[in-house]
Formats: sequence, C-alpha cells, structure tokens
Amino acid sequence: MRRLTPARFAGALLVLLGLLLLAMTYGLCVGASALSPIRVAEVLLGDTSNEVARDIVLRIRLPRVALGALVGASLAAAGVLFQALLRNPLADPFILGISGGAALGGIAVLGFGGLLGLGYQAVPPAAFLGAILATLLLYAVTGLRGRLSATSLLLTGVVFNAFASAAIVFIASLSGLTEGASIFLWLIGSLSSVDGPALGWVAAFLALGLAITFPIARGLNLLSLGEESAEQLGVAIERHKRIILLATSLMVGAAVSVSGLIGFVGLIIPHLLRLLIGPDHRLLLPASVLGGAAFLVVCDALARTLMEGRELPVGAVTALAGGPLFLFLLRRYQQRAFAT
Amino acid sequence: MTHALRFEGVSIDLGARRVLSGVDLELGRGELVALAGPNGAGKTTLLRAATRTLSPCEGRIVLGRDPLSDLSRRSLAQRVAIVPQETQIPFPFSALEVVLMGRSPHLNWLGFESEEDVAIARRAMESVGVGELAERSILELSGGERQLVIVARALAQSPEVLLLDEPTAFLDLKNRTQVLSLVRAWVREEGRSALVVSHDLGLAAQAADRVALVAEGCVQGVGPPEEVLTAENLQRAFGVEATVIEGPGGKPVVVPRLR
Repeated sequence: MRRLTPARFAGALLVLLGLLLLAMTYGLCVGASALSPIRVAEVLLGDTSNEVARDIVLRIRLPRVALGALVGASLAAAGVLFQALLRNPLADPFILGISGGAALGGIAVLGFGGLLGLGYQAVPPAAFLGAILATLLLYAVTGLRGRLSATSLLLTGVVFNAFASAAIVFIASLSGLTEGASIFLWLIGSLSSVDGPALGWVAAFLALGLAITFPIARGLNLLSLGEESAEQLGVAIERHKRIILLATSLMVGAAVSVSGLIGFVGLIIPHLLRLLIGPDHRLLLPASVLGGAAFLVVCDALARTLMEGRELPVGAVTALAGGPLFLFLLRRYQQRAFAT
Repeated sequence: MTHALRFEGVSIDLGARRVLSGVDLELGRGELVALAGPNGAGKTTLLRAATRTLSPCEGRIVLGRDPLSDLSRRSLAQRVAIVPQETQIPFPFSALEVVLMGRSPHLNWLGFESEEDVAIARRAMESVGVGELAERSILELSGGERQLVIVARALAQSPEVLLLDEPTAFLDLKNRTQVLSLVRAWVREEGRSALVVSHDLGLAAQAADRVALVAEGCVQGVGPPEEVLTAENLQRAFGVEATVIEGPGGKPVVVPRLR
C-alpha cells in the first residue's frame, strides 16, 4: 500500500464522493415508479412542471436517501473508531452496548409506550436516551482511576448487549402482535420512518462526532502500536479514548434511534476500504464516512425494489449482502497474513 | 561527562508493591549502558519510568537539564524513544508507515509527513537492514523482522535517549548482533545515549560501556562489564553459579553452571 500523501488523500476522497453521488442518484431514481436521472436532475434544479415527479423526488425519496447516507456514514465512522479504540479489526459499532442501550430504550417505548400515552414519535428520543445511558454505564464501570481499559470496555459492552437482548425479548414476549412486528423491524433495522427533525438530529450528531475525531485521526494510527507506545509517541491516550467514546455514542445513538440496528455497515465498510486504500486513519475515517453513506443508500434502494410491491427492511439487505462479502474479505485477509 | 538521563533516588510503587527503591543511575551522553538482572527485578519498570508511563513516588528523573515531570508530552516524545519487548499491530500498515509513526512527535498537528521525514525513515530502515521490507504489510512480517522495523521506528524518532527493552529476545544471532552493533554505532557517532535491557549477558558485555546490575528493585552495581559481571555478583543477583571467563577484547563471558 502506498504511503498517504495529500494528493492520494484528495484523490481517494474525490472518487468516493463521486460514488456517493452516483449512489444517491440511483436511490432517487429507483422505487415503485422509476424516474430517469435526467428527470431527477430537473426536479432537483427547481423544475416545477411535473408535480408528481417533484413530490416523489423531494418529499418521498430525498429525505430517505439523505437518511440512508447519514446513517451509513455514522455507522461506518463509528466502526472505524471502535476498531481503532479496541485495536480489533472485528469490532463493530454495536459492540460496546451503546446500540443495545438505544434498542432497549426504543423498544421499551414501542412495547409499553401505549400504556404511558407515548406515541411512535417518542421512540427516537427514548432510543437516544438509552444510548447515552448505556455510555454512562460504560464509563461508570470501566473508567476506574482515570483510565479506560479496552478489555473492560469490551467485556462490559458484550455483557450489556446480552442483557439488553434479554430485556428486548422479554418486552417483545409481553407485547401484542402489532408492537411485536414493529419491534422486529427495529431489531433488523429500517429506514422507512423518516421525518425532517430526525434528519437534522442525525446530521448534527454526525457532524459533531466527526468534528471531534478528525483531528485525532493520526493518533488513531499510533494507537495501533499499543496504548503505551502511542503514549510514548506523544498521544494523549486517555483523552483520545474519551473523545472516541463521546463521538461514537452520539453518532451510534442518533443513527440507531431513527433506523434501528442496521448491521454490517460498520464492520464491512472499514474493512473493504482498508483493503483498497490502506489502514491510515487520516484517510480511512473520512473515506468510511463517504463509503458507508454510499453503501447504505444502495442497500436501501435495493430494499425498496428487490421485491415488487413490498419493501424489505434495509438491515436484511445489508446482512445478506454483507455477510458473504465479509467472509470473503476475512479469507483474503488471512491468506495475506499467512502469505509468508 | 554531561548526563543525558539521570535517576535520582527513584522509587516506584505498583499497587501496594514497591518495585524500585531508591535507584540512582546516570546515563552519559555518547554512552551505552546495559541493564542486567533477573526477571521481575525492575528493569522494565526503570524504562517505563524514563518514558513517564510510570511516575516515581520518591525521587526524580532528569533528562538533560530538565526534570522529566516538567516536559510536555510532545517534547518528551521528541527526546526519548523506546523499543518495547513486543509490539502487536492489528492493522495492515506497511513497514514504512510504521517507521514513519516515529516521526509523529516532530510533525505539526494533522500534518502529513514531509519528504525529509520519509528520507529519515528510509535511512533508519536501511541502517537496521530492513530497507527492502518498506512496502510490505507489517502483518506479513516474521516476529524478528517486525522487531527490526520497531527498532527503525525508534531511530526515526531521532531521540536523545533510546531505551530498548530486551530488543533482541526474538532475534537470531545475526539480527541480535546487528541491532546491538547498530545501537552502539548510533550512540558513538551521534553522541546519543542508550539504555538497553538484555538477558544476553555476553552480547551486553560486548556492546555496553557500562553494565548496571539490577536485582530486587535496586541497582546492585554499576561499572565496566568486567567489573560488574563477576561470579560473586551474578551469584548474588541471580542465585546462579557461573564461571566468568575472559572473552574477546577482555570482555567477560558468562558461563552458567548447571546443577
């Protein structure tokens, strides 16, 4: 892999930006009634002659494509950050239990919200609250004597996720058929419920998360050498870990609260990009943002069109496409690792 | 001789256990000192104190003229480098990228490495003999090759003081000799200093200007290899009977006796 230079950095990001724009165009064109890219472009440029096309593009598809891009970007960025933090290429955005907290919060409202007079619109805030509470719990359990240990973070996350899953099963078994169906949709992840404010929140937390983690991207490279070596090379390691945890909890919490648990994006995109552009986090992090966005937009377009007349949950598509892809990548990785 | 690094009555506690007590040790400019002693004697702790990973509960450490505790994290990283016993890297960085990480205390915030940084890194790799591995993934290298890359990484850091923690534990005879000759040449020619933990007493005696014998958290003796590595001292530090014979250049060779 060639060394990272400003030219390579800019080149790779431009290519990925192009891919994202292509993916978004595709997402705006396909659906129950297909539109040509030219028609979509006309509408986006302010052509008001065709009311129906205008409605489809601007009111139905654009918010959904935008949400797909934002959620995909958030999950892929969180994946890169967790993999760097835990020094484990198999970590995903859901590994530390932040998503478990979000799912538990959201599903508690889905299952029991009716009893308290809470409607569906209370689900995302409850889920986000769940994510924040899970992060605080993570801090409280692992942040002893001012140091966060990666091993305790991982153990606490795994245990908390198991606990959250059990609680979700418990809630699901107590709730009725309708609630059960929406709980199921939530667990597998879907972009079908999208509204303006949700878009704003996800965008805001993604922007905040990236703003605080881009400046430490080189520190993430040094973290690969081990925490002690990174510290000896001048990285303020505990501060970095806190920044990563804050950024990921905001991004994952916001993404999960509007779309449920969409799997594989946060695991596969960082891996795929590491194979293509190398492991340097200064490029990998922004590249994963663009790549994750493009991947989820395409998966959601497929989810809307694969089966005529009905929509698949996008989480099923990412898992169906992502599972085999991931195994393929893992095999290639291992072959390379043992090639000598 | 001016001092590059000085331990002044340094004591360190790990939990309730005192691991080092009242260590006084000086490392001169242009000097290579080997730390020898049994496992668990506190040699690694001494190095970790010099990188400020551990803080002394008594005494202080002085780098050049500056107390270690006064230095910023960055300037400490510019002046002290360490080669740990083992480094596991989870991601497929190229060997050159790993060596370039050594330049990071010298870069500006979020900066890219300059051509000069790359030249320094390549020179460091050449000098360690791993120049041809530059583009290879670190995951594909053998344990020994990886350790040589880490040594190059530390050299690329251009420190005043280089700390090596059993740098040759996983290396074969040729690479062992190469690393220690290289560190010795680097110390002599550039007027830098190195503190090397080694269990290979013969090689340590050949390479080092002085040997410090560490046992039970104290420095039991410091001096030229032939004065420190004596049968009595080794019996006291390691509890092992050994014959010390004169090797090449009058340096001691330790032959342990089996019971």
